[in-house]
Amino acid sequence: MAIRSLLSINKKKQKGVIVDRNKENSFPADLMTKCPECKKIYLTKELDNNLKVCPNCDHHYKMTAWERVSILMDEGTFVSFDENLRTSNPLKFPSYLDKIEIDSHKTGLNEAVLTGMGSIDGSQVVVAIMDSHFRMGSMGSVVGEKITRAIEKATEYSLPFIIFTASGGARMQEGVISLMQMAKTSVALKRHSDHGLLFISIMTHPTTGGVSASFASLGDLNIAEPQALIGFAGRRVIEQTVREKLPEDFQTAEFLLAHGQLDAIFHRKEMRDKLATIVKLHQKGGVSNV
Amino acid sequence: MSKSLDFEEPVVKLREKIGELKEIAKSAEVDMSSEIETLETRLKQLEAKIYSNMEPWDRVQVARHAQRPTTSDYIEEIFSDFIELHGDRSFGDDEAIIGGIASFEGQPITIIGHQRGKSTKENIRRNFGMPHPEGYRKALRLMKQAEKFNRPIICFIDTKGAYPGKAAEERGQSEAIARNLFEMAGLKVPVISVVIGEGGSGGALALGVANKIYMLENSTYSVISPEGAASILWKDASLAKQAAEAMKITAFDLKEMGIIDGIVNEVAGGAHRDVQAQALELKNCISEALSQLNSLSEAELIDDRYEKFRKIGEFIEEEVN
Ligand SMILES: [Zn+2]
Repeated sequence: MAIRSLLSINKKKQKGVIVDRNKENSFPADLMTKCPECKKIYLTKELDNNLKVCPNCDHHYKMTAWERVSILMDEGTFVSFDENLRTSNPLKFPSYLDKIEIDSHKTGLNEAVLTGMGSIDGSQVVVAIMDSHFRMGSMGSVVGEKITRAIEKATEYSLPFIIFTASGGARMQEGVISLMQMAKTSVALKRHSDHGLLFISIMTHPTTGGVSASFASLGDLNIAEPQALIGFAGRRVIEQTVREKLPEDFQTAEFLLAHGQLDAIFHRKEMRDKLATIVKLHQKGGVSNV
Repeated sequence: MSKSLDFEEPVVKLREKIGELKEIAKSAEVDMSSEIETLETRLKQLEAKIYSNMEPWDRVQVARHAQRPTTSDYIEEIFSDFIELHGDRSFGDDEAIIGGIASFEGQPITIIGHQRGKSTKENIRRNFGMPHPEGYRKALRLMKQAEKFNRPIICFIDTKGAYPGKAAEERGQSEAIARNLFEMAGLKVPVISVVIGEGGSGGALALGVANKIYMLENSTYSVISPEGAASILWKDASLAKQAAEAMKITAFDLKEMGIIDGIVNEVAGGAHRDVQAQALELKNCISEALSQLNSLSEAELIDDRYEKFRKIGEFIEEEVN
């Protein structure tokens, strides 16, 4: 699969090393990719050039964290934070750390989120980008800690904080400690907000459970990518509870928008420009220079 | 007499036997007092042994006991002048959460808690203590009201979780929970949360961003129910007993992990055996916590809450060359 082959390109980056954007977009091994939605077959390269959006049906493929950096940040500006944090095994679940090791190798990330600082169209921002290829993007201690540190850095430097969420929720294997990461990230966001700083949350497919019920929903602006699955409880759990058929579009970004739960849906092709505009609009008015 | 649980079966049986013996002795006009005394000593020993060796799964059973005291039971026992306040001011009144104002040792406070029912009828009305978004929004409204009037906030946590339903999703269950975590972080008044029964996931945490967090001895606090954990981890919900151990969900586990501040002792066999005695334990705990928090300034309270959650997490930080 094309995404997997691109993942292998995401070699471990040293702190402060400038990302080579062309390298990130280099030619993957699989030549052809079949769209899971409309079943049309495309050259993988064509798909990549189209920001991993199906040219026929607009299906937004999942992206790796580094791929998002490459399409979002000004070339060579991104500096990654906290790559030296490592997952531990507080509840001593068998083979938990082996699974982490495998996903770490696969994605080139130390955990399910990449955090760092850089600029978008000239505006300096702190970003956190979750990667669902790493343990379904689930949130354990390292994810919570990296996001919290990134928010704290944004507060310290009076910068906007932007997060791309992609997560199945809390990390089961870290038990109640993973639950508490919801509170930890939220208290950090409150402090950032109290400094009059901007937080934009962009929910990508999928954003559910504890991540949906904490920082993902706390943006000054809550944005989503088209068709992203967003919700608190899983569809199957709800169907078992309420014993009724749920609408086809239940818990999609479009469903949330219609129910007043989102500010907007941005197509991936306009994401960078829209974010740049939003950040600039907040620079003119509200950003405190304390 | 309340329904007995599997692990306490020997205690219940022995207690019944002693009762029978007393009845017989009364009618038979034989002096059995020394025999009865011996058995009662044995009962005490058995109780001590069984109730001091409870497995996590036993505690889950006690935490879920149908007659376990609920938020409203403790309100009645602990606070005076309670006036319930309803509604979120935008959608409705969720009876899975109750809240209001009252006085505690002469101090006005706001009290908010999940509310289960004890009968099927009441459980249906209260949705088994599983809130919708409007429940969390009512809680937040009352917290903001407390802040305005400089009242400490006391939260009782007792829910299997936020309700997983269609309407709950439509009205923003995620946002309602997230908003509470965020806003509770900034409250300028003391916040005390006590888990009195089940503390299920984000739906529990939404009343849990406090300066002091306590758990009743047989309560649980978890990211997912033991049944849910078992079906995800081992694809078998019947392994809930094992999951209850593996997931580390008891008050003792959370104390050891440094997440909670203290454990409120329960009366032998669980809170349901003596609501008044249990309420007194809880009252003493709240009194102690309030006396510590009342002296803190607004900024100190907020910083205290920040630091409390900031430090939760287990990871390894490697040296950077
Ligand atoms: Zn397509």
